[in-house]
Amino acid sequence: MAKVVVVTSGKGGVGKTTSTASLGAALAQAGKKVAVIDFDVGLRNLDLVLGAERRVVFDLINVTQGVAKLSQALIRDKRVDTLFLLPASQTRDKDALTEEGVANVIAELREKFDYVICDSPAGIERGAQLAMRFADEAVIVTNPEVSSVRDADRIIGLLDSRTLRAERGESVNKYILVTRYDAARAARGEMLTIDDVLDILSTPLLGIIPESEGVLRSSNVGSPVTLNEPNNAAARAYFEAARRLQGEDVPMVLPVDRRGLFDRLFGRRAA
Amino acid sequence: MSLFDMFKRRGSAPVARDRLQLLLAYERNNRNQPDLVAMLREEIMAVITRHVQVDQDDVRVTMDRGATMSTLEIDIHIPNAAAAAH
Repeated sequence: MAKVVVVTSGKGGVGKTTSTASLGAALAQAGKKVAVIDFDVGLRNLDLVLGAERRVVFDLINVTQGVAKLSQALIRDKRVDTLFLLPASQTRDKDALTEEGVANVIAELREKFDYVICDSPAGIERGAQLAMRFADEAVIVTNPEVSSVRDADRIIGLLDSRTLRAERGESVNKYILVTRYDAARAARGEMLTIDDVLDILSTPLLGIIPESEGVLRSSNVGSPVTLNEPNNAAARAYFEAARRLQGEDVPMVLPVDRRGLFDRLFGRRAA
Repeated sequence: MSLFDMFKRRGSAPVARDRLQLLLAYERNNRNQPDLVAMLREEIMAVITRHVQVDQDDVRVTMDRGATMSTLEIDIHIPNAAAAAH
């Protein structure tokens, strides 16, 4: 029986799709059977980040409407054979997605996978609410920046009121994933620190993804950073976040990219 | 700049943190509640239009939210009878 995880944020461009792909891949690399679903109808991108853009035949809406079977629409990753993608429709209207249709797809995926990861569209409208609707857990992606933290707070409010779990009087386990973190700037007082973000949102931390050039390099070539550059600082942070998502107690240290003699001499440093 | 100031200048992040804390405290309290400013504006407008003809564009409502007190400013341009007669 799968755990259903929504990756959400409110604000766009903070790294939801990148984080869905990287966490999904990291879990699959650890041997879990993972399905990642793109809920961004009309603006799909998870296929591109995973390098599967030329392999899309059917999509989520086709499955909800019975045009295609789930097994026909799922695209198996070519590098990790336990990772599957259910793409969003690029041409259909986002209203084509119904709650009942999504419920059926999620129920079917729950039977077959260990993790079902829903990549939410930005915003707080219908698409975002459908993506979080059936979630057991939520990864709230935020940058250490005011607008992103404010929107994260808004999303936390929705997770506590509009999800099926919330309506049943249960709760969705929520975690913060801080992305594009620059420890040096935070130390200089130029960027909100992790403590600031956690204080304000009063939600536990899943991981800290450092600002890293490897993330863009990986999306350029259509591969999650955990597959493309597994030793990269951001990749290591995603691996650790994925382990925490599985309930492991992994100490929170900020991975840094090691370069040159100086860094090698002094080893890992938080700043 | 004195040495003391150098220690006091801690970048813009503390400002960001304080602004967020203030804003989110307000937003959390007002979630799922009607927008107070919009409500006041509508009701006050209803009272005024009962007596004088006022264009929506001639009403300016501004609000400044503070930690302990907020101000609501409503500025209405009411044409006087002489001007309206023209």
